[in-house]
Amino acid sequence: MPHIDLPEEYPGIRSLFVYQPETAAPLCHLAQVLLHDPHPTLTAGERELIASYVSNLNTCKFCTATHSAIAKHQLGSDLSLVKHVLADPETAPISDKLRALLKIAAKVQTGGKNVLSEDIETARSEGATDIEIHDTVLIAAAFCMYNRYVDGLATWQPDNEAFYDKMGEQRAREGYKPSSINFTLTEELKKS
Amino acid sequence: MPHIELETHLPGITGLLEYRKDTGQPIRELTQILMRGESTLTEAERELIATIVSHGNQCRFCTTAHTATADLLLGEKATSQKMKEDIESAPVSEKMKALLTIAAATGKSGKLVTSEMVTRARSAGATDAELHDTVLIAALFSLYNRYVDGMATAMPDNEAYFDTLADRLVAHGYMRLPQGYDHLKK
Repeated sequence: MPHIDLPEEYPGIRSLFVYQPETAAPLCHLAQVLLHDPHPTLTAGERELIASYVSNLNTCKFCTATHSAIAKHQLGSDLSLVKHVLADPETAPISDKLRALLKIAAKVQTGGKNVLSEDIETARSEGATDIEIHDTVLIAAAFCMYNRYVDGLATWQPDNEAFYDKMGEQRAREGYKPSSINFTLTEELKKS
Repeated sequence: MPHIELETHLPGITGLLEYRKDTGQPIRELTQILMRGESTLTEAERELIATIVSHGNQCRFCTTAHTATADLLLGEKATSQKMKEDIESAPVSEKMKALLTIAAATGKSGKLVTSEMVTRARSAGATDAELHDTVLIAALFSLYNRYVDGMATAMPDNEAYFDTLADRLVAHGYMRLPQGYDHLKK
């Protein structure tokens, strides 16, 4: 049960967005710029993989399932690739640059000071740019925020793969603009 | 030395918020709402929450900055100092002790916030809005601490920098200065 009185028909961060629309606006805006808006070099799918990977390290079920589904829909509907990255980026079929960036993201998750110059040098030797390094660190830091917000207030996080998949497909297409976030409960969730 | 090239006259968080202003803006807006918006928690109480989280995450820049801001708002330095040593013996209300405990737990992981912690805060008079804001402030500073340290940003070369920063955060708040930060160049 959530620690505060949240609208019970909405799961995860959605219940918090409905509870407090004033803070929802900049939280959605940040996600939109970091993950969805055009980026000079990182695809939206690559950025969602970083978000999903960090959420999984923080064991935040709602954020992991949501961003895995978004990543899946942005990466040719390949959920096995997303699951492989979460389980073991070392052996996943991704670029060496993204592998190096995920390593930096994992260090950020455990504490900013754990990111070492060697980690940055490795990423640079695989072609990572300043903006890619910056955005990787900020995406990882931002998900340490979103995950704590969702878990710290003990929001409802259903087990329902079809629900996350539908939400992921919508987010992959529409992004995070608050106006596009559909707060109505999906039929999948009602049936569960 | 920072991991990427940042403006050398802007240590800590400011250089990062200026490096990418389009991500800086929503981060600033969220902070302004939480730290300076309408609330039953005083600005000093909210700065203490930011301080205890930054202290737990061992982020020197953020801890020093928000300690200085809390001290300026309170007009004394003993409360923040005692709180960082031990929340329970700090000269703050029972409600604040409970909220600071929740903030410190959130800073480590959201899952560490227990029903017992929340019950204690409620018994001391904490409202849903105060619990919500405490958790979101703690989560936001978990972002800031990792951003500042994860990019290896510089510490200011003199302590007076933090007095100026605290003055600015009290007088102006968290939004970008309309004129930017060129006046800080030496």
